[in-house]
Amino acid sequence: MHEKNISEDRKKYLRKIRANKILVILTQLSILILFIVLWEVLANKKIIDSFITSQPSKIIDTFLNLSSNGLLKHLGVTLTETLIGFISGVILGVFIAILLWWSKFLAKVSEPFLVILNSLPKVALGPVIIVWVGAGMGAIITMGLAISLIVTILEILNGFLNTDKELIKMAQTFNATKFQILTKIVIPANISTFFNSLKVNIGLSLVGVITGEFLVSKAGLRIFNSIWRPSF
Amino acid sequence: MKKVLELKNISKKYQAKNGEIEALKDINFCVNEGEFVSIIGPSGCGKSTLLSIISGLEPKTEGEIKVEGRIGYMLQRDSLLEWKNIYDNVMFGLEISRKKTKESQTYVEELLKKYGLYDFKDKYPNQLSGGMRQRAALIRTLAINPKILLLDEAFSALDYQTRIMVTNDIFKILKNEGITALIVTHDISEAISMSNRVIVLSKRPATVKNVHTIDFEMENRTPINCRESPKFSKYFDTIWKELDVHA
Repeated sequence: MHEKNISEDRKKYLRKIRANKILVILTQLSILILFIVLWEVLANKKIIDSFITSQPSKIIDTFLNLSSNGLLKHLGVTLTETLIGFISGVILGVFIAILLWWSKFLAKVSEPFLVILNSLPKVALGPVIIVWVGAGMGAIITMGLAISLIVTILEILNGFLNTDKELIKMAQTFNATKFQILTKIVIPANISTFFNSLKVNIGLSLVGVITGEFLVSKAGLRIFNSIWRPSF
Repeated sequence: MKKVLELKNISKKYQAKNGEIEALKDINFCVNEGEFVSIIGPSGCGKSTLLSIISGLEPKTEGEIKVEGRIGYMLQRDSLLEWKNIYDNVMFGLEISRKKTKESQTYVEELLKKYGLYDFKDKYPNQLSGGMRQRAALIRTLAINPKILLLDEAFSALDYQTRIMVTNDIFKILKNEGITALIVTHDISEAISMSNRVIVLSKRPATVKNVHTIDFEMENRTPINCRESPKFSKYFDTIWKELDVHA
């Protein structure tokens, strides 16, 4: 499509799309601002207790004094833990999903175990993990991993198994090997599944890490939370 | 005439949990070079299984298959990969069989030019019409230089009008490229309009019930113009009765 060939109608259409996009972003921003303003006002009017919910101005204060109060360090620790848990969860999850896709036998054998592991409250494993891995960053990352791994496996495997059979058959008509079917059909066909699982997982890893920090931590956002708040 | 494909006493039994299913029994026929042969039969009689066996996707239980040259296979849907552009899509077969050479690339480009897809080679499948997608799928198959093409209910995913046009289109391309075709269909008119011979299969276990030679005695026969021939409905009636369809 050449720029000069754009008709009036086309321009109108493109303008409409852009206007719509801007409207969505503006609305999103207004909701966010409204929320923060409401929070601040309600806290000031003592309608909500800022001792429990904090208050935007106090949060800003804390952020402004990043270097002196050590939030940066704790933020860094939590972020690192989450990222390590997240990335290892995704890599391991995809790897295991590929393995299970490859071998129907393995998939059948592991199915009930995966279902049980998935329904298991991973948080309850916390103490065991501490004993095994040691009370430190390792335990926290393991926690993050434990929460996200099984979901990743199940989600990716499900996507793999639901790949359009016609596409696979088409590749087979060209004598594709199983490895080629995996790399040229199954994986590219599941890119969106993969990204969806990433979106869910980054959140799950954070939940895992924060839970881990609840149990054992010398640093991180959670410990920061507790120091700054006198216990009830 | 030279035989491109010959089937001798082909049988197929499936093992299922609830027993053994005999799908095909003693199938014998051959396809000569340049010929278009259709296989028609009641639904579920094992027509598609037969093609899968010929192409080697499924093992046969008994019998012998002789094939001259490579086999191309076209499925019900075009199965273009939405994440690849048309050029990469039509190169897919060559990519898989690791035959992506300079010559093959030039050949594919020639095909794209000849059949009006060259200007669309950088587009993605969802930007093309149904007919163009089918043509791209055909070029993908032709790229591996098949001697015989198996069409398994190809085009049946298209709407009626498009399908008639696409059938005509594909027929001309295949004739032009001198390719032999074996077509599986459940559509009697499609079978008659495209083929030199129609093989009628029986219910399961499928055997060859009859073979009709189709001859319209016209020059430049195409799937569309032969429909106007008075012989068309005669063939239709005969095959319809033989299929013995009960609702």
